[in-house]
Amino acid sequence: MGDYCLPQSLTELRAALSDGKAHILAGGTDFYPQRVGQPLPKNIVDITNMSDLKGIRETDDFWHFGAITTWRDILDANLPLLFDGLKTAAREVGGQQVQNAGTIGGNLCNASPAADGVPVFLSLGASVELSTGERTRTINLADFITGNRKTVLRSGEILTAVLVPKTGSPQVKSLFLKLGARKYLVISMVMVAIVVEMDEAGIITTCRIAIGACSEVAMRLDGLEQVITGREKNKDLAALVTADHLAALAPVTDVRASREYRLDAALTLVRRALDTLGRGA
Amino acid sequence: MDLTFRVNGKNYPLTLAPATRLSDVLRDHLGLIGTKVGCNAGDCGACTVLVEDRQICACMMSAQQAAEKDITTVEGLGGQELLNDLQAAFLRHGAVQCGICTPGMLMAASDLLRRNQTPNRVQVEDALGGVLCRCTGYQKIIEAVMDVTASFSDAATAPSKSVGVSIAKLDGPAKLTGTEIFGADAIPADCLWVKIIRSPFASADIELGDFADIISRTEGLEGILTHKDVPFNRFGIYATGKDQPVLAETCVRYRGDAIVAVVGTREGVVKITLADLLIRLTEKPPVAGIAAAKAPGAAQLHADKPGNLLIEGQVLKSTAREAPQATDITVEGRFETSFVEHAYIEPEAGWAQPVGPHGSRGLEMHVTTQTAAMDRAEIASILQIDAGRVRVLPTACGGGFGGKLDLSVQPVLAVAALRFNKPVACVYERPESMAASTKRHPTEIACKFTARRDGRLVSVDMTAEFNTGAYASWGPTVAERVPVHGSGPYYVPNVHVTGRAYFTNSPPSGAFRGFGVPQAAIAHEAMMDDLAEAIGVDRLDIRLLNAVRCGDETATGQVLQASAGLAECLQKLQPHWTKLTAATSSFNQQNQRGPIRKGVGIGAMWYGIGNTAISNPSTMDVGIGRDGSLVLFNGAVDIGQGSNTILPQICADALGLPVQKFSYIMGDTDLTRDAGKTSASRQTFVSGKAAEIAGTALRGQILRHANAGTGARLDLAGTTLRIVEDGTVREIELSGLASDKDGMVFRAEGRFDPPTMPLDGNGQGVPYATYGFAAQIAEVSVDLDLGTTRVTRILAAHDVGRAINPQQVEGQIHGGIAQGLGMALMEEYIPGKTENLHDYLIPTIGDMPEIDVFIIEDPEPLGPFGAKGVGEPGLVPTAPAIFSAIRNATGVRVTRAPMLPHRLRAAILRQARTSG
Repeated sequence: MGDYCLPQSLTELRAALSDGKAHILAGGTDFYPQRVGQPLPKNIVDITNMSDLKGIRETDDFWHFGAITTWRDILDANLPLLFDGLKTAAREVGGQQVQNAGTIGGNLCNASPAADGVPVFLSLGASVELSTGERTRTINLADFITGNRKTVLRSGEILTAVLVPKTGSPQVKSLFLKLGARKYLVISMVMVAIVVEMDEAGIITTCRIAIGACSEVAMRLDGLEQVITGREKNKDLAALVTADHLAALAPVTDVRASREYRLDAALTLVRRALDTLGRGA
Repeated sequence: MDLTFRVNGKNYPLTLAPATRLSDVLRDHLGLIGTKVGCNAGDCGACTVLVEDRQICACMMSAQQAAEKDITTVEGLGGQELLNDLQAAFLRHGAVQCGICTPGMLMAASDLLRRNQTPNRVQVEDALGGVLCRCTGYQKIIEAVMDVTASFSDAATAPSKSVGVSIAKLDGPAKLTGTEIFGADAIPADCLWVKIIRSPFASADIELGDFADIISRTEGLEGILTHKDVPFNRFGIYATGKDQPVLAETCVRYRGDAIVAVVGTREGVVKITLADLLIRLTEKPPVAGIAAAKAPGAAQLHADKPGNLLIEGQVLKSTAREAPQATDITVEGRFETSFVEHAYIEPEAGWAQPVGPHGSRGLEMHVTTQTAAMDRAEIASILQIDAGRVRVLPTACGGGFGGKLDLSVQPVLAVAALRFNKPVACVYERPESMAASTKRHPTEIACKFTARRDGRLVSVDMTAEFNTGAYASWGPTVAERVPVHGSGPYYVPNVHVTGRAYFTNSPPSGAFRGFGVPQAAIAHEAMMDDLAEAIGVDRLDIRLLNAVRCGDETATGQVLQASAGLAECLQKLQPHWTKLTAATSSFNQQNQRGPIRKGVGIGAMWYGIGNTAISNPSTMDVGIGRDGSLVLFNGAVDIGQGSNTILPQICADALGLPVQKFSYIMGDTDLTRDAGKTSASRQTFVSGKAAEIAGTALRGQILRHANAGTGARLDLAGTTLRIVEDGTVREIELSGLASDKDGMVFRAEGRFDPPTMPLDGNGQGVPYATYGFAAQIAEVSVDLDLGTTRVTRILAAHDVGRAINPQQVEGQIHGGIAQGLGMALMEEYIPGKTENLHDYLIPTIGDMPEIDVFIIEDPEPLGPFGAKGVGEPGLVPTAPAIFSAIRNATGVRVTRAPMLPHRLRAAILRQARTSG
């Protein structure tokens, strides 16, 4: 392999990754910022020419998002209401320059606690497909990221797709709220992503709520989800949320916000999100 | 690898590393320097180009990914000379200041306009949200993008006068087409590159090892400069007390302090890090913050400055017949502000070359700077050579705001150029720029204001302590300027203000738009709100009641003679104030159950124009050449604020020729005279007056030559100068006359030094010849549950004496407001933690409110056509007005800047607990 490899297929990728020293390059929106003022590495594997990794498509059971799907691709795609939250997230990542280049696979693999894609895909119940070019495995997104900048990716393995299970529910709502200290180009202090599914009677059959930037890895609020599930979608949903439901969060104090503030704001945003969903048509 | 790039419709085959950033391909391989690099991290958007019709940051795309795709850069919009409709709209609206973000803005807007010819404000903000601008406050950029399709005729006859007319920036076209040369734009290919190795510790002892081995075995490394290579290893603003080493000797005093400089090929030096060098650093506990600096037994940063005290300044005035009384109302407060980063979008950059073998004839320096003449003196001092052997040619400056008044790349470039006898270049990366450069002084203020029961101020006591960082820089200026201004733009009979600056192991605090006055204004304006509340009067009314007026004595005992327009500014705002206060309180009443509260607030300011109580002259030359050129030899550096246009405008009217005939030479120290620094809002006032005097003198010379009377009209066409008087035309054929070394046939000089008087031991005297005044109203919307503040409107009334170019005056005010908003709500520099533009936040296009500017013209008789300065005043009242509005909305009295959401939320919760 050379200094810069441009595989077209999984077979070529496998060869490129074989020595385990490759640096994966996709949209470049994390790759280059991590190397300001430093020489660029050897052994770059640019995966943006791999047609297998491109595009959004439907299978019988899943929505299949290729790893190099950009935020722009998501905004331009014709997607059902289930993905309204994802579209909001896509619109609020960086500026349009980042939306046009940055990929969802890169966002998940970078595994930043403040990655916008993580809570939103958690709320979609997504799993990720990982491949060495030879072997492919699929695991839950919740199991994929294990810590700050840590994933279960093995040497020679890349994320090839994000899989979102389809829903048969007659009604679906999704929402994403991001809190930052300025309007654009902002790293989140708190993110809330919610998906609720309802039956014909408006009873919530499934609820997934994920919080980002309030723990090392974005996390679901299982307890709250159980409380919401089975309820009727109405304006009283927000009142069901208590601080205890957020007890599993472990935010840090950093330059953006204090730990106490993040917990407090997360509570407010979860309530607002549920209020908005509950009131919505 | 062989790759072909399709840029602006042309194919360019190149052989290069496929991972090369597209921005480097464009700039270094194709010479398309219109694409700017501000951060190399996608945080600033300066490098925005179109790839397949979509905006991307060229610094984050590999050459491989860009190859064979359609790429459009700023050079592809209109062409080298021509402006397309978008560029023309930018020029017409005054949407360009320093110009460094302009190409990125144009490309982001082009992406939008290719899809939507008539965008609304929100669509413009969404499209341009990824490009940061630090100068304009974005408003004129938004207006320009929304006005691209307007039919516009530039066939209108040029007005006969220039002053008072919003003519387009003379350097606007170059900035819009990408042809303007900034610090990093014209570095010769054969340069050696210099990289400064900096301290990762706030405080450490260092021991340099022997570098012979690493130099011999590292490809591309030519040498390593240490303090021993620097003839005089100290620099600093003031002639005495130079305390900053070019390169460290036995210790480092802040994170970012320069240790050694590695010199070699560009590829060779980029890979070298501190760890590669044999340098022993022994970390020491740093002196962090003012309290630590003052503590008994604190480590001393500089042996000659006991107690870590750099300087103390004070103003003390008492008026016996207006002494405080027992029945007076007194309010007190303590306020705290943070380090603020200038965040100019152009990082420090430049190159130097020896003139003559081994610099026998001196040194030439091309650098982004705010002060060519002072740079020259400092470089000469460091090299210990005669200043006449140093030539500084300032490039265009991509934003300064005070941060490029201090030396950056200049000292190491000067030393390296002579040592290696070659041209050498140095360009800071963003993290280096942020770690190494100066900051706004963190300030702790304790104050007490007393007023009569009718609201009239009786006394002000204030102690302002400044964290001046590791080296003096402009600390003395701040410690002197704040006492003069600490009592606010009010008549106060009894004043005692003390300023003290302390050394700490932090970045040097230096000059930053306002020199400490913005920090002091946060305190004095909170005091005015406190008094209004305690007495039960309106917040605007109490300011109007106390506004300093002509005939009043200032805190330094100076009786204002003219041009004191604060009262007029407040009166201009009064009807808006009444309307806004009513509207917000009615909103709050109707939305008591919701989380949003609106509020309005007000801030007032004054600002002494020019340097404090010292001579600060400017000299301008103007000449007419044999070739018919009309040249302003202009030593003032335009850092985006507009002096390249303002000074010719003034000179044109004094001379009686149209400004369009002017060309200028900016800042070249061999061709222009010392105009002083571009700082202290002084260029329009001081250099403007010099330009007026020069223009008048040149006119006199021409009229005498033609034996014409003072009322004659001049006309310059080709090389023929016509003097028209009472129907008689006299013609002077310039090409036939003798000229000086610069080709000038007629040439005149103007010099102006604003009259000031030194301050005595009590700070009494005449520190400034004139003052700018302003008042601003802010309207905010606060989310009580999240502690977030959105500024929804700013109304700004500024007394500028005379607006030489009203559009540029507005632009200065917009930009000042943006920086004031940032200081109020989001900007806090923390060494080691916010050394990039995503952790250090400055306002984006979506954070700015609509701004209404009201220009008040209370003429200053000393100034050119009545003008005084406006560069800094725009910023000063903004944070106070926003804080006043937050208080109005929430009841929270803001005592710390910035008011980050978590701080405001905590204060709201605290308040609820105490009142509940």
